[in-house]
Amino acid sequence: MDSRRQRIAIGYIILIALLIALVILNICVGSADIPPQRLWNALRFPENDKVAYNIVTGLRIPRTAAAAILGGALAVAGFLLQNFFANPIAGPYILGISSGAKLTVALLMVISLSHGFAANSAEMVLAAFAGSLISMGLILLISSKVRRMSVLIVCGVMIGYICSSITDLVVNFSDDSNIVNLHNWSMGSFSGIGSTEVITAACIIIPVCLCAFMLSKPMSAYQLGEEYARNSGVHIKAFRIALILLSSLLAACVTAFAGPVSFVGVAVPHLIKSAFRTAKPVIVIPASFLGGAVFCLMCDLVTRTLFAPTELSISTVTSVFGAPVVIYMLLNRERWKENG
Amino acid sequence: MAESGLSTRELSVGYGKKLIVSGIEISAERGKILTLIGPNGAGKSTVLKTLCRQLAPLGGTVYIGENKLEELSGNELARSAAVLLTGRVRTEYMRCRDVVEMGRYPYTGRLGVLSAHDREKVEEAIKKVDIEGIADCDFDRVSDGQRQRVLIAGAICREPQVLILDEPVTFLDIKYKLELMDILKRLASENNTAIIMSLHELDLAQRVSDKLLCIKGDRPERFGSPEEIFTGGYIEELYGIEKGSLCEYYGTPELLGCDGEPRVFVIGGGGSGIAVYRKLRRLGIPFAAGIIHENDIEYPVASALAAKLVTERAFELISEESYRKAFEIMSKCESVICAAESFGTMNEPCRELLNEAERAGRLIEGAFDEK
Repeated sequence: MDSRRQRIAIGYIILIALLIALVILNICVGSADIPPQRLWNALRFPENDKVAYNIVTGLRIPRTAAAAILGGALAVAGFLLQNFFANPIAGPYILGISSGAKLTVALLMVISLSHGFAANSAEMVLAAFAGSLISMGLILLISSKVRRMSVLIVCGVMIGYICSSITDLVVNFSDDSNIVNLHNWSMGSFSGIGSTEVITAACIIIPVCLCAFMLSKPMSAYQLGEEYARNSGVHIKAFRIALILLSSLLAACVTAFAGPVSFVGVAVPHLIKSAFRTAKPVIVIPASFLGGAVFCLMCDLVTRTLFAPTELSISTVTSVFGAPVVIYMLLNRERWKENG
Repeated sequence: MAESGLSTRELSVGYGKKLIVSGIEISAERGKILTLIGPNGAGKSTVLKTLCRQLAPLGGTVYIGENKLEELSGNELARSAAVLLTGRVRTEYMRCRDVVEMGRYPYTGRLGVLSAHDREKVEEAIKKVDIEGIADCDFDRVSDGQRQRVLIAGAICREPQVLILDEPVTFLDIKYKLELMDILKRLASENNTAIIMSLHELDLAQRVSDKLLCIKGDRPERFGSPEEIFTGGYIEELYGIEKGSLCEYYGTPELLGCDGEPRVFVIGGGGSGIAVYRKLRRLGIPFAAGIIHENDIEYPVASALAAKLVTERAFELISEESYRKAFEIMSKCESVICAAESFGTMNEPCRELLNEAERAGRLIEGAFDEK
């Protein structure tokens, strides 16, 4: 008992330490390196070091905050979906939910650009939410027909491809100078997110994650199967709808601000569960949020610094780290099935 | 009258519009075991699922204690009825103890954190089903029998009035089957729980149940004690057994005997003949047997398998008439096997049969093989 608690406590301490370290690193490192000493001074006396102050508050802090919050949201969304489908490989990107959101956001952007108005963040989130719900609906339809999880995953990936190709089509046919932005966004990136957008994102994501946390108890019963949960007094219908809405909202929010970000939703909860040796939602949801934040901060740092001044898209980096984890899980699962 | 755990009035069950069983009137008393038996697809699982509100009834009412099932809140229901259905549970990073702890679900607060009292109950349940040794093992890695026990421990620490189990022993080996039955028996008497389950194992159903509900077609056919059900060939009728038979005393099956002119005569009695009869059946050799008293332990097997059987009424000396009949059949057989190990006043004529066979040189001694 004690060793388990210790493991969880140590896990949390490491996550928080990593988070703090990466936040500082992300703010300090960049095309213009700002050492912590200078950062400290610039924040205390903005007048003395205007350049540093502007870079830090205008660009780096919003971007860092975005990577942390959106990364956390993705990991929590992944964990919710994994519980919903009782499948450890489910995630917003793999099931095509992010791509659905991406499609509707791209449509909104193109329409708004061609009509000469700029869509605000709330509209973007709404569009993304609608798109993610459409994808989710398709996936639910398929999952009611086929019980096999591998089929579901393949269908999700296919839905993702369809949505992505339509998005590309839309992007190609719209001729506007802003299209470069749109193109960057459709590849996934934390760059160019301003402080108002970060605040909007936080206002959505933090309450949603708290709601998800409050669902930990029914979720833990649901992990033992739908029948078990129903017998424990869980209102299954309401619970399932809540899971769908919360995970779609999280995925939509991330997509609206940063575009599609791959594999975070699958890899992070898995890493957290195996490190903490538990799948209890009460423990894993907050830890996944922290883990997602750490993972995305790390990946964002790589996108900015590896080939600086050229920036990579965030999914390029998250895939490199995330996809092997998914492959490992698939292999492990097959072996596990054979033994079971 | 004993305290009622669960009872039904005119209950009809089914899926959607499709009625499967109707007119179910049962009462499961606390401290007693009620078992549902009946052929495959008769709707036993459907009935059980309706009793625990996994399915809505198509008509009628289920009462848990004094309360109507549909009026209970989710939490009240969870406290009063625990369920183990057949679906296999897959878990991730859950120890057996974690699974047992989930049993306390309806008693814990908003986030499901267990109090000291809850933990006590969990420990008690773990002790009761004797899984202390595996409590910290991964639930997904223990054997089916252990897993079933862990789930029962979870149900126990919920402290329900009613425990519902759908074919709880189907995939277990005989050791675990018996252990599980022992646990259920103790649970019923010590915790005063009403247990309702479905079983395919008639031998176990007969031994463990206080009441049996027989479901066939769209109606429950009979509801009564095992003594009332395992009688008059009813079980064979219930399951529509044609290619074999069922011994009502033991609840055990026997294959259909080989028809035809008997080739072997078995002098039996006392129990040692059973192995011989079954071996002959395996070899596919039609045989005759005699002279068996109707209260002999061999009688059920012999009457199920022998092509011809000479019997004598219970506790009577073997009559001249029976002897003559046996002798006549024996003289038509190619060979004779003596399975009886001893002879006494009751079966003296069997010794004579043996002597006659020996004289005719048709007695096979020792072990016999397919010749």
